[in-house]
Amino acid sequence: MSDNTLSPATAPAADVAPPVPGKVAELADRAHMGFIKSHLRDYGLTLSLFAIMLFFELVTGGTLLRPLNLTNLVLQNSYIVIMALGMLLVIVSGHIDLSVGSVAGFVGAVAAVLMVQYHLDFVSASILCLILGGLIGAAQGYWIAYFGIPSFIVTLAGMLVFKGLALAILHGQSLGPFATTFQKLSSGFIPELLPNTGGHFFTSILLGVILALAMVALSIRGRLRQMSHKIDVEPVAFFAIKNLLLFAVITYFAVQIASHHGLPNVLIIMTILIVLYGFMTQRTVVGRQIYAVGGNVRAAKLSGIRTERLTFLTFVNMGALAALGGLVFAARLNTATPKAGQGFELEVIAACFIGGASAYGGVGKVAGVVVGALIIGVLNNGMSIMGVGIDYQQVLKGLVLLGAVCIDVYNQKR
Amino acid sequence: MTAILEMRGISKSFTGVKALRDVSFSVEKGEIHALCGENGAGKSTLMKVLSGVHPHGSYEGQILFEGVERQFRDINDSEALGIIIIHQELALIPLMSIAENIFLTRTPARLGVIDQGEVYARTRELLRKVGLTEAPDTLITNIGVGKQQLVEIAKALSKQVKLLILDEPTASLNENDSQALLDLLLEFKAQGISSILISHKLNEVSRVADRITVLRDGRTVDTMDCREGGVDEDRIIRKMVDRDLEHRYPTRENPQIGAPVFEVRDWVVHHPLHPDREMVKNVSMHVRRGEIVGIAGLMGAGRTEFAMSLFGRSYGTRIGGTATLHGKPLDLSSVPRAIDAGLAYVTEDRKALGLLLGEDIRKNVSLANLAGVSSRNVIDDINEMRVADRYRDRMRIRSHSIYQDTGKLSGGNQQKVVLSKWLFTDPEVLILDEPTRGIDVGAKYEIYCIIQELADQGKGVIVISSEMPELLGITDRIYVMNEGRFVGEFPAAEATQERIMRAIMQDAARGASGQPVPQQGKDARETAREGALTP
Repeated sequence: MSDNTLSPATAPAADVAPPVPGKVAELADRAHMGFIKSHLRDYGLTLSLFAIMLFFELVTGGTLLRPLNLTNLVLQNSYIVIMALGMLLVIVSGHIDLSVGSVAGFVGAVAAVLMVQYHLDFVSASILCLILGGLIGAAQGYWIAYFGIPSFIVTLAGMLVFKGLALAILHGQSLGPFATTFQKLSSGFIPELLPNTGGHFFTSILLGVILALAMVALSIRGRLRQMSHKIDVEPVAFFAIKNLLLFAVITYFAVQIASHHGLPNVLIIMTILIVLYGFMTQRTVVGRQIYAVGGNVRAAKLSGIRTERLTFLTFVNMGALAALGGLVFAARLNTATPKAGQGFELEVIAACFIGGASAYGGVGKVAGVVVGALIIGVLNNGMSIMGVGIDYQQVLKGLVLLGAVCIDVYNQKR
Repeated sequence: MTAILEMRGISKSFTGVKALRDVSFSVEKGEIHALCGENGAGKSTLMKVLSGVHPHGSYEGQILFEGVERQFRDINDSEALGIIIIHQELALIPLMSIAENIFLTRTPARLGVIDQGEVYARTRELLRKVGLTEAPDTLITNIGVGKQQLVEIAKALSKQVKLLILDEPTASLNENDSQALLDLLLEFKAQGISSILISHKLNEVSRVADRITVLRDGRTVDTMDCREGGVDEDRIIRKMVDRDLEHRYPTRENPQIGAPVFEVRDWVVHHPLHPDREMVKNVSMHVRRGEIVGIAGLMGAGRTEFAMSLFGRSYGTRIGGTATLHGKPLDLSSVPRAIDAGLAYVTEDRKALGLLLGEDIRKNVSLANLAGVSSRNVIDDINEMRVADRYRDRMRIRSHSIYQDTGKLSGGNQQKVVLSKWLFTDPEVLILDEPTRGIDVGAKYEIYCIIQELADQGKGVIVISSEMPELLGITDRIYVMNEGRFVGEFPAAEATQERIMRAIMQDAARGASGQPVPQQGKDARETAREGALTP
């Protein structure tokens, strides 16, 4: 249709009141308040993370933010973050995947068998394992998407199946160690490219600073673009503070982590994935459609979205990311054990819900999930340093999850 | 005779829409009082006021039951006095037994332990009263709709009913079951139980009713006493439809109607869960370039099923027939293909099937044509925003910005968002299913204007509506549908509400001779939704 042919319909009565000039200032104030209110969740979550970090930093006498510990934090949580990215899509599309822990464990076991027993090189083995993960996701997604079997049940079955299979192919025993090349996936650091740095890791520091600058540049570009099209933007003070903080925080952590051994390889993988999935969820057609399916599957279907195929693909994606998580974890332990992956699904799902994803589907952001995963990671790490037993660690994590979701529900009801 | 029920000056409005205006209505002891009127005339609302679904304080006026003013807070209050309503959609639990359903509440029990013997004995007694011989432990799902209806009545009897309200009780029953049910009402009457009967089947109404009250646009038009004679179906129909049609519809000035755009031949659709039940029977129709075609009919006639089956087989199984656009056969086997073919379907249930209520206007408008705002599968958010802004202006969607969630808009504005979404797919044929349901008068007028302008641009428009004046007011030609068939076709100039109603009633009378009647619209909609979830 040409765009100008439809003139505004002539209504007998219009129900909009004309704006009163004196109220403009008040309206602008309200807009600011509205902006803060509507973004309170995003800010609040990040602030909570900082508060928790600050708390443990003080309680542990500065251990938390030491370079060595920060590196550990990254290594300990990388596989959770990686899997949480896949889980976010699953949850946004209105489903759940309980099998990710077992799948990760199973794929780790397969990797060990391939590399340790059959001496396959780590590149081929890793690729095979990722494909295997995708196939596992496809096998589960098929029943969920095309037969309408609840994902809870299918993946509960998958959880049992792959836990069992991992036990079976490992004959109940640990298998390892891996070749050092594969270990690098988890415990390696990016090489120092600059000559004569005298024990400093300038390449890593530089990378961190470049990343921070890129983030700030992107956000300024987005704001300018929005302003040039007269879109409402957040108040300039907020914007400045937010970006300054963003820059400071990224640079600080990059420098801190880098001063240990340089940036870990897995951090690079993680960062690339986070950027990729962030872009995918916010800007691509597929991303938009996944949110639509979770928001109202029937309306999405009647709008021409192939809802079944999309659901299927989110599970394929989840399987592949669970496999990657499994590889990273196996590389970190340097051995595949039948118990690997146990309980991952709970941490991954908790990360999504703490990060603001809705259990009803259609809502959730990559940034939120990453922060959610970090909150759990810092809690784990901080409490371990403090010497809190695994028992009360779980109690506290449970309460944090419940609290985060309660705050969400409360906010929505207001 | 003494009045068991008197409702005086009842008025009720829903967010700006007046559903009932100063309605007075009374039922005498041992009387069958029929309530007639078009869809949306206010019958169900009046009964909800009476039964306490709309509690005291949410309406104006007085309710006197057995001579005392009553203020019902909820349905339990009215049931306690013996006012029992049996809804169109039966409220039975399919996988529980007859006895369990009848005694779902007030279960005979000792210390919380159900007295099984007592339950069964009383169930048998109640079933005998309604003429059923089924065992009390038969599951509801294993008996037919007619018998389920009787179980509902048995359930009402278990609550010491004094006033029984039946909302379209025979709509899904065949002739024999309908007769049995009406005989039962006459029997109750002899026992002194009063009934209110809501029905579209005027032959049944005139057979059993003592008095008939006709509602129209939320007002009482007339109460006729059948015992005095002179009440026939024509008179009831005239009372039901007579109204002022001026100024509610934009005038249609010399429509430019061209060659047929979209044609459907011998379209057959079967029920998705009961594949041997035909929901749409050999329907053939066409719409011309620039033409607005209406499909009239009562709820449950099969219009939505027909439309949704056309739109990418979104409803039904074993779909047969051909559809052509400009004479070329169309592939409508999936929704994306139907959209590509140039079809758009604006659903009757915009909240459940039309909108992402948690997303803003912008994301809803682009949803069906994301390719139109993206390049290489990446959404151009500025472009998307412009599109949404353009439609917001053109459709006059009242909102503070395109970033407002659609769940927070009024019904009329929500409908405009859905329309925008489909216009952005640039369709050749638009099917609008109940486009003005639940929308206030001003917004209705705007939607009518939009529909007319679309036709003026050369699109073929099909409007499904249960409001006959609306069809008469805006369309060029009207098909009449009943029980899955097209039973009449009128140029709008020759059509009147009475002619349409008569076409439906005549067919209903024919259909009543033995044929099972299709399920209610509600049922169809629900199965359509189920169908949308599973292939």
